[in-house]
Amino acid sequence: MKQICPLFRREFLGYFRAPVAYVFLIVFLVGSIFLTFMVSRFFESNNASLDGYFNWHPWLFLFLIPAVGMRLWAEEKRTGTVELLFTLPITTLEAVLGKFLAAWAFLILAILMSFPLILTLGYLGHPDWGVVFTSYLGSILMAGSYLGVCSLTSALTKNQVVSFVLSLFVCLVLVFLGWNIFSGFVSAYLPVWLVDMLANFSFKTHFDPFLKGIVELKDVMFFLSLTVFSLCLNAVALER
Amino acid sequence: MIEVKNLVKTYGSKRAVDGVSFAVQRGDILGFLGPNGAGKSTTMKMITGFLRPDSGTATVDGVDVTADPVAVKRKLGYLPESAPAYGEMTVGEFLSFIAEIRGFRAKDARCTQVDRALALTHLEPVRRQTIETLSKGFKQRVGLAQALLHDPPALILDEPTDGLDPNQKNEVRALIKSMAAQKAVVLSTHILEEVEAICTRVIIISQGKVVVDETPARFRARKPGARLDEIFHSLTRGDL
Repeated sequence: MKQICPLFRREFLGYFRAPVAYVFLIVFLVGSIFLTFMVSRFFESNNASLDGYFNWHPWLFLFLIPAVGMRLWAEEKRTGTVELLFTLPITTLEAVLGKFLAAWAFLILAILMSFPLILTLGYLGHPDWGVVFTSYLGSILMAGSYLGVCSLTSALTKNQVVSFVLSLFVCLVLVFLGWNIFSGFVSAYLPVWLVDMLANFSFKTHFDPFLKGIVELKDVMFFLSLTVFSLCLNAVALER
Repeated sequence: MIEVKNLVKTYGSKRAVDGVSFAVQRGDILGFLGPNGAGKSTTMKMITGFLRPDSGTATVDGVDVTADPVAVKRKLGYLPESAPAYGEMTVGEFLSFIAEIRGFRAKDARCTQVDRALALTHLEPVRRQTIETLSKGFKQRVGLAQALLHDPPALILDEPTDGLDPNQKNEVRALIKSMAAQKAVVLSTHILEEVEAICTRVIIISQGKVVVDETPARFRARKPGARLDEIFHSLTRGDL
């Protein structure tokens, strides 16, 4: 497992060697702040909470995380470096983990860079710091699950566009299942118990409690198990 | 050092490698010849543990690649075809990453290995240049440096002189020859003269099978006075 370290470092720093990191960070921060201030009306809501910021995360992640994840394996396959990587003394699982953890750390960095928002909140009002903390925790766990799915779809193809579209679609389904507008729509056709069951597979269903300050084992387990499950499939998909 | 027994690999309905067997001792330079698509690269990829053989075994220094691929990868230096590398890294960063993952964790041990590999392949002038800006000849040498970095007992080189100019070709040949005394080397090539120049043994592979396994002198003696490519042509006609 100690082989993960050098791989992690190479991958993480790799984001900053190319314009990917800067473009991503700027788009993510500008996008999330724009939505928080202009659409959710952060100031006018007169509420010392970050709901207006975190409510957008499932939707923002939908586009931005496939953009980070699509290159994970597809690029290695296209440029042939996958052959180099898998003839170095590492196991497939170590390679999968090293790349995943690096990308996750990068996403965590992007999420935590919203810290001026917390400072503003603390300066202007008296937020519930517990809720702020659980919201960040939920967002980070959810980002891991998105990324797991994207890493898996990336391993299935050497074409980054295919990888992007595929992961966008899978994540879209996983968000929609728990979106009340969507479930209201499908409950006209499907029995309620089935709609409820499907909602249990959604990112949103398991993310929303975090925004209320509730950390339940089932929600944490959902994100962790989805991540682990996709990474295991990812390793299997890479075995030749 | 390297022992290959009855390797078989099938892609769909095409049998790419069909029962290839040979052995290479320390001090041997084995030239692997054959038309494109004859199964040279596939055989090499199976020895390095990148591809899993359908049946048969390859052992390096007594370790079976199907049983313990990571141990085999530790003993091997491998130059994949067209020398893939992470283009956004500089030559120094790339080799330093390889050294780290090859187990040279301490900074000075890592520097020693990187400096040695840079000196052997004459890459010092481009040490701080990113790999994607290098010419084909330099990229090929980066691949070679990466394969030699940990001073492995066995080397697998897939077309090591491809893309080099005549002077560089001679230089690489001299380098391989100078290291051969302590190593077992397998190299594939299209250039028949190269085999005569440096190899101690020649294997010709055609339609996935070994058709010739002998010394270059005996190979030439098959048709006294004929050009090497005429002999090659008559042996591999089945592939046309």
